[in-house]
Amino acid sequence: MSIAPTCAPQSQLGSDESAAEAGLARRCLYYMSLMRETEDRIERKLYRQGKILGGVYVGRGQEAIPVGSALHSLPQDVLLPSHRDMAAYLIRGIPLGRIFAQYMGRVDGLTHGRDGNMHMGDMSAGLVSIISALAATVPVAAGVALALKYRGTNGVAFSYFGDGSTSRGDWHEGVNMATVLKLPVVYICNNNQYAYSTPLSGQMACANVADRGPAYGMPAEIVDGNDVLAVHAATGRAVAHARSGLGPYLIECKTFRMTGHSAHDAAEYVPPALFEEWAKRDPILRLEQKMIDHGWDDRPGLDALHAQVLQEVDTAVAWADERPYPDPATLLGGVYDGE
Amino acid sequence: MPTTYLEAIREGLWEEMERDPDVFLIGEDIGIYGGAFKVTAGFIEHFGARRVVDTPISESGIVGAAIGAGLMGLRPVAEMQFADFISCGFDQIVNFAAKCRYRWNAAVPMVVRAPSGGGIHGGPFHSQNPEMWFVKTPGLKVICPATAYDAKGLIKSAVRDNDPVIFLEHKALYRRIKEDLPAEEFTVPIGKAKVARAGRDLSVITYGAMVWVALEAAETLAQEGIEMEVVDLRTLLPLDRDTVCESVKKTAKVLLLHEDTRTAGMAGELAISITESVFEHLDAPVVRVTAPDTPVPFSPPLEEAFLPNAAKVIEKARWLHQY
Repeated sequence: MSIAPTCAPQSQLGSDESAAEAGLARRCLYYMSLMRETEDRIERKLYRQGKILGGVYVGRGQEAIPVGSALHSLPQDVLLPSHRDMAAYLIRGIPLGRIFAQYMGRVDGLTHGRDGNMHMGDMSAGLVSIISALAATVPVAAGVALALKYRGTNGVAFSYFGDGSTSRGDWHEGVNMATVLKLPVVYICNNNQYAYSTPLSGQMACANVADRGPAYGMPAEIVDGNDVLAVHAATGRAVAHARSGLGPYLIECKTFRMTGHSAHDAAEYVPPALFEEWAKRDPILRLEQKMIDHGWDDRPGLDALHAQVLQEVDTAVAWADERPYPDPATLLGGVYDGE
Repeated sequence: MPTTYLEAIREGLWEEMERDPDVFLIGEDIGIYGGAFKVTAGFIEHFGARRVVDTPISESGIVGAAIGAGLMGLRPVAEMQFADFISCGFDQIVNFAAKCRYRWNAAVPMVVRAPSGGGIHGGPFHSQNPEMWFVKTPGLKVICPATAYDAKGLIKSAVRDNDPVIFLEHKALYRRIKEDLPAEEFTVPIGKAKVARAGRDLSVITYGAMVWVALEAAETLAQEGIEMEVVDLRTLLPLDRDTVCESVKKTAKVLLLHEDTRTAGMAGELAISITESVFEHLDAPVVRVTAPDTPVPFSPPLEEAFLPNAAKVIEKARWLHQY
């Protein structure tokens, strides 16, 4: 597995600690921007051009969660992203062109056109594909963690889901099994306050997803999901806990879904004031401000980073758009081993 | 010393665990207790809790965990206490496990063992035959062994298979049938039917416990001069259509038999397969003997009326023979 090359930190600060922090911030900004630009291209351009068909789900406004958490993953770890965790794929080194090809139903997508959008995985990169029934990956994460423990590795399973998923039985069965068996799982909830059109109050009667942690006998904490460095710090605590054999750990990242459920959904059921309020807490803008405030970078430096991201996306889209569609003659193969 | 159907499965699992350290068991009450039917009795003492994993009551959790471990390259064997409870893990099996390879080329080498079938007065929740829920799912393999030899040979093949396998053990056979098994190691290939009894006058195509019903009926019919061939499918998915069609070509008359309920049972798929491939060889309509379209009832007279038996097969076979 290869981790994608990152922008080199360009800190002029003296202390090693500050330089490390500046470097981390720059990595976070790079991946958040890459996720934002990738998904904007998918949802606002390629989908509207008819080059992407079917369902499109993006994590706009939630980029801090997959970025802050997945940057803690080691090669032996396995991630089970939700449908709003695009950055997990980028951080685990999946080539951007293949992601666009996946969305465009081309043969070079991760599923070779057999599935679309976020329904992609690659075990060689430690990525398990989500399925449409949400929370189905939560028991699977327990099995992944069981295997990591069985083999005597110190690997951790990163189990991602939204607030809506926590209503499903699979979530409870998976979490309960992992806690009972003391498996190395870090649960990362993106609580974006809406599950399709259902607000949180229609999803659960407790105040926080994290309140459920103690009921299963695991530590849980709430973190500002739009503060990437806070997510990163919390994940560090969670991963240290799981990696040292103490069992699962739950992080609830409070955020907001800045889109509809999917590209066809205008989200008219969401009060506009909520969008306006949360737009001010945009994780990318906040990090940029912090970087400038701390002197970790300046506006030209940030502009250069965004220009690089744009260039990468342009190149990847152009490549994907040239790739062929799958040959209908391949329809029957690959249902079973050896076909 | 003859080996029972249950012991055959136990031996197969034991041998595979000795052979391959990546094989492990996961399920409810399978460790210290040894499983609801004691198939895994003695395993935790020998292989330890690392390889015999007792879980909370959570069929979806068990199947999901088996999928996760399978994706990681282990070879989990999950146990359902009764096949009836497999519906609690249905989504994990049909949406997750079955589609991984086709969608993203990820192997899920996993076996889900499930005791199925009636005849033990288990009632509506301990007697069902859920095979068709899975036969309709591309990506799965579905095995229903009838004999101790096949049970052992097929469980070993299932463990070694690189795709998810639903292994339906007929619970009424567990301690009822036994045979001498070879001392040397053997496996039975998945996807191959066999002729359990040769005959020239008509064919009965069946599987699981109904193989024994068919053999009993064939014995009686033989005394009347009717030679009934018995084909044991052994695997329902992938289906060995060739062996079925060969038998039909030989006898020209076919009776389809299953313990599962009638509508959309295995008989339907077999009937159309026969019609598509060997229609010109038929001398009579394709007929079937099945359970009726009801839940499996509890009280003995009701369950007896529900289950196919030799008398029902004989009656239909005589009609077919005279056609």
